[in-house]
Amino acid sequence: MRERSLAGRRITDAVVRFIAAASALAGIAFLAWILIDIALKGGTALNWDFFTKRTGPFTLPDTGMANAIVGTLYLTLAATIIGVPIGLLAGVYLSEFGKDSPVSTTVRFVSNALMGIPSILIGVFVYTLLVVPMKSYSGYAGGVALGIIMLPVVARTTEDMLNLVPNELRESALALGAPRWKATLGVIFRAARTGLVTGVLLAVARISGETAPLLFTAFNNNHFTWFSGNGAGRYFYDMREPTANLTVTIFQYAMSPYERWKEQAWGASLLITAGVLVLSVVARIVFRGKQYGHAK
Amino acid sequence: MTILPARRMGRSMPGGSKPVVAQAEPTVHRNIADVFFRLLTGFCGLLIVVLMAAIAIQLLVNSQMSLKEFGWRFFWDQTWNPVTREFGAASSIYGTLVSTAIAMIIAAPLGLLIALFLVELSHPILSRIVGSAIELLAAIPSIIYGMWGLFVFAPLMQRMVQPALGKTLGVLPLFQGPPMGIGMLTAGIILALMVLPFITAVTRDVLLMVPPLLKEAGHGFGATMWEVTRRVSLPYGMQGIVGAMFLGLGRAIGETMAVTFVIGNSHRISPSLFESGNTISSAIALEFGEAVQDPLFKSVLIELGLILFAITLVFQILAHLWLVRLKRKEGK
Repeated sequence: MRERSLAGRRITDAVVRFIAAASALAGIAFLAWILIDIALKGGTALNWDFFTKRTGPFTLPDTGMANAIVGTLYLTLAATIIGVPIGLLAGVYLSEFGKDSPVSTTVRFVSNALMGIPSILIGVFVYTLLVVPMKSYSGYAGGVALGIIMLPVVARTTEDMLNLVPNELRESALALGAPRWKATLGVIFRAARTGLVTGVLLAVARISGETAPLLFTAFNNNHFTWFSGNGAGRYFYDMREPTANLTVTIFQYAMSPYERWKEQAWGASLLITAGVLVLSVVARIVFRGKQYGHAK
Repeated sequence: MTILPARRMGRSMPGGSKPVVAQAEPTVHRNIADVFFRLLTGFCGLLIVVLMAAIAIQLLVNSQMSLKEFGWRFFWDQTWNPVTREFGAASSIYGTLVSTAIAMIIAAPLGLLIALFLVELSHPILSRIVGSAIELLAAIPSIIYGMWGLFVFAPLMQRMVQPALGKTLGVLPLFQGPPMGIGMLTAGIILALMVLPFITAVTRDVLLMVPPLLKEAGHGFGATMWEVTRRVSLPYGMQGIVGAMFLGLGRAIGETMAVTFVIGNSHRISPSLFESGNTISSAIALEFGEAVQDPLFKSVLIELGLILFAITLVFQILAHLWLVRLKRKEGK
């Protein structure tokens, strides 16, 4: 090997150190820049009207985002109802029953692949599957699209979390005579609870900022789509209708030529970013607070 | 009679012995419930496979009209005229590959350097703070990056970055043309920002897994930090780092909203990175709305989707095979 002077080696080292530190600074600066811009530009748009009035044509002086905020919550809820139970059970299959069988290896690989499929393609898929036959954009279609995106995420995190539960716990439950389903749902799920909650929260955070899959499924709406009448239904959105949501509204408003709409798009961006970040932070705190084995 | 797969219980329970049942329940009922539970979970697992197949089939079926109309020429034709109903995918495929390439050229070395800083240079407390900040930034929705790119970053590109690049590197066709702010280069940079947290986080984890003993041995010889990194850490973690790059690439290639805002949506292939372009996902996002009126146009966009699906699937399979190889090697 070629001899190199100590000074030369030290200089190379110092240069690399400098470049690495500068890169870190640049990366952080860029990302901080984005966050600060969103906070500043979005902050000015948030007012009482923003949270109480519905979206509407730009000619209306007092519009807000209220229907879109409610819509995003309902779409996320629908996706959670669709994606989480199926995802949890699929995760149970992978961790408890399938293990290394060819079927579960396939399921595992396909889950990973499905997570990598661009979300806009899920939107196109649900469009051809639900919107075309139903002849209308609908909240259901949006919920299904988001649910499909959640499904593999929940399945894989569930598998990972259940794998952390020591085998002795399974054996004890079964030795006491508990049937397999009871041992899984009552004992193993309870042991892995915090991990499962974390996984679900992260999956919810991931979909609540999605735009592309909603463009041709939930579409958008300038109205609150509550069920009519005086029953309990009036507290729920009628998901058979195109459903207002924050992200598609941001897209439409930001692409528009109207200053006021752009301002409101910044406001909505701040809201959705804050929501996603809070969810992610809560998920991490939950997970750190009480991981399996730490709590006794 | 046992209700368990033998391999899980093999260690602690002698095979074939009946578990002691505290509350006597009829065994038959329990078995039915267990069989049902097992089938239910298996069904949910298989549902994921079925969904994936259904996505492929739906994309294939719904792009039939376009496939028949344009055939193979779709891939290298860059015509895009919704009025005369002439379509080709060349500009979209080109834009997808070029914007992803720009993103990776920027984000891959930058992510590696930041990971190096976090693992080797910074104080552990700083490293933890910066590390979790980066993980959180990976959670920011892509539409936010897109909007910021359009309103804040593109004007800056137009006023400062593009004129400067034109002056210094303008001899290359890549950096010629009027500075417009939006365009292929801007889209690539925004994409790079989006995948940067992702690549950094995974690369950092890989570098953290290098056994300290190996690194200490290097330092014991009097090697500098960079020499240890280059000769010990990077070779040790190379396969994991390649995996991280694959993941970043997979994200960049199908990313929609971050690109849609800043790419300019033009279906002309231009050698200049300052010019507008389009990617498969941006074309679908921007034009699907008007395409629903025209079955052929819609079918064309769905065929674009099918191409994107195929590209991402190929990358997923490559990443998978890579990981399998990695595991087999470790097993030796």
